[in-house]
Amino acid sequence: MATEIPIIMIREIAYTYPNGTEALKNINLNIFKGELVAIMGKNGAGKTSLIRTLNGLIIPTQGNIYIDNESISSKSIATLSKKVGIIFQNPFHQLFSNSVEEEIKFSLKSFVLDKEEIQIRINKILHEFNLEKYRKRSPLNLSGGESKKLAIASIICRDPEILVFDEPTLGQDAKEIEFFINLIKNERKRGKTIIIITHNIEFAYEYLPRTILMTDGQIIADGPTKEILNNEILIQQTSLILPQIWQFRSALKENNFPKTGDILSKNALISYIRNYLKNKSLKI
Amino acid sequence: MDLIKFENFYYRYKGNEEYALNNINLKIEDNKFILLCGETGSGKTTLIRCMNGLIPQFYAGFYKGKVEFWNGKNTVETPIADLSTEIGIVFQNPENQLIAMNVEHEIAFGLENLGVPVKEISKRIKESASITEIEHILDKAPFELSGGEQQRVAIASILVLEPKILILDEPTALLDPYMANKIINLLNEIKSEKNISILISEHRLDLILPFSQQIILIKNGSIIEHGYSEQVINGINFQTLRLNKPVIYSIFSTLKKENLYNKNIPASIPEAVRSLK
Repeated sequence: MATEIPIIMIREIAYTYPNGTEALKNINLNIFKGELVAIMGKNGAGKTSLIRTLNGLIIPTQGNIYIDNESISSKSIATLSKKVGIIFQNPFHQLFSNSVEEEIKFSLKSFVLDKEEIQIRINKILHEFNLEKYRKRSPLNLSGGESKKLAIASIICRDPEILVFDEPTLGQDAKEIEFFINLIKNERKRGKTIIIITHNIEFAYEYLPRTILMTDGQIIADGPTKEILNNEILIQQTSLILPQIWQFRSALKENNFPKTGDILSKNALISYIRNYLKNKSLKI
Repeated sequence: MDLIKFENFYYRYKGNEEYALNNINLKIEDNKFILLCGETGSGKTTLIRCMNGLIPQFYAGFYKGKVEFWNGKNTVETPIADLSTEIGIVFQNPENQLIAMNVEHEIAFGLENLGVPVKEISKRIKESASITEIEHILDKAPFELSGGEQQRVAIASILVLEPKILILDEPTALLDPYMANKIINLLNEIKSEKNISILISEHRLDLILPFSQQIILIKNGSIIEHGYSEQVINGINFQTLRLNKPVIYSIFSTLKKENLYNKNIPASIPEAVRSLK
């Protein structure tokens, strides 16, 4: 790992919006090929601004970004977006075609492909995302979950090396979250680098090995997710809401339940209560 | 009192052969906190659209049966404009329902259209801005606001009409957990201060279950269960639906299966701690 060049190298970038808001302050960051990284922090911490710098939607007011060891400052959004696919939080900010099929077709437009190849790719992606039955439907007439799926499909079909998701699990039900988890597992197997902005601590804890914690335009922590998320001081600084497991652990502690310190996962909590109940019934 | 009553109601959208709603019989009572729960595509939004006449008056489609209100009005004959003052609906994306140049005008808009006297308007704006904690942003433009603020403005602009029921379709879907929690707590305050009914469809069950008194479960366009929260979450229907169940639900249902725990599955953490003592 030490000698490898990061696929994304961010050096001392800062960004100030025209209205004077400092969204990013002196950010330094390395992300290696094949990594799966969470970016967490409260609203307004600079998470979305940071990912927007990766495909040129925001040009930093200072500093440099290198992707594949090349500076991106002179590259167009069109070129960069073949390498970095960003899936935004609100799918309707990126869907605009008349039908589901047209949406994917548009996405493939900038690649030099013949008609047949395009059709093959469209069919493949619609099949993978289970959207075939909506082929002719307007994206506006899809449910919330389906439109999110289409937004992801329209980026995945371009096969970018780096995938960036902004709040992919927000407003999704259990079935859709499961679909998304399988999707990132598959993309990772194919060697993709994946960055996910999320507020979902439980999801990050379980599936995303590295976490970058942001507050106030700065990175305040970067490391293994489990270490970062078990640091209550850090979590409080970012006003993330603690997962129910930890809330439950604190509540047990406050109510003088013995030895609650080791409860770090759902299974640990189940075995804790299991033992507690068994002991209790013995006493009776 | 039943605020809304569905009787043998069916609906399908134009162009679709399948019915989005199948034989709905449902009574929404006054002064209740009700959670509408179902997987994506199960018909939650369609059901909500039927509650203030958007269906059948705005969306093209075919219906059978009827939806009536406590005051004898119904969704076919009464114009949406009339219904919307009594049945307030807040949708997922506040951007779609905010139209005015500043927040104060946004909240005043509905009342001005109804010809409410100016004095009464400013009194009601003050009251609804205070309960939703948006007094400090009354002169801002809606597009300048954060998602959480926009959603509170959307709620204020409905509350000001003094509806009998406030219906919210995934109001926190675009918000972070911190804001989502704030909105849900706010709804609970509104419910107890105004004594109105709240009906909400929401994916964040860990946040909402501690407050809900009743749950409606919907699957493939049919209501499969409607009852008190405690009964519903302890039932088989809730268990089999693929919802984002809270961690405490899965912990206690595991223990129940092992016969180590035989009380009701708790809906909140304090309840869970109490049940173990």
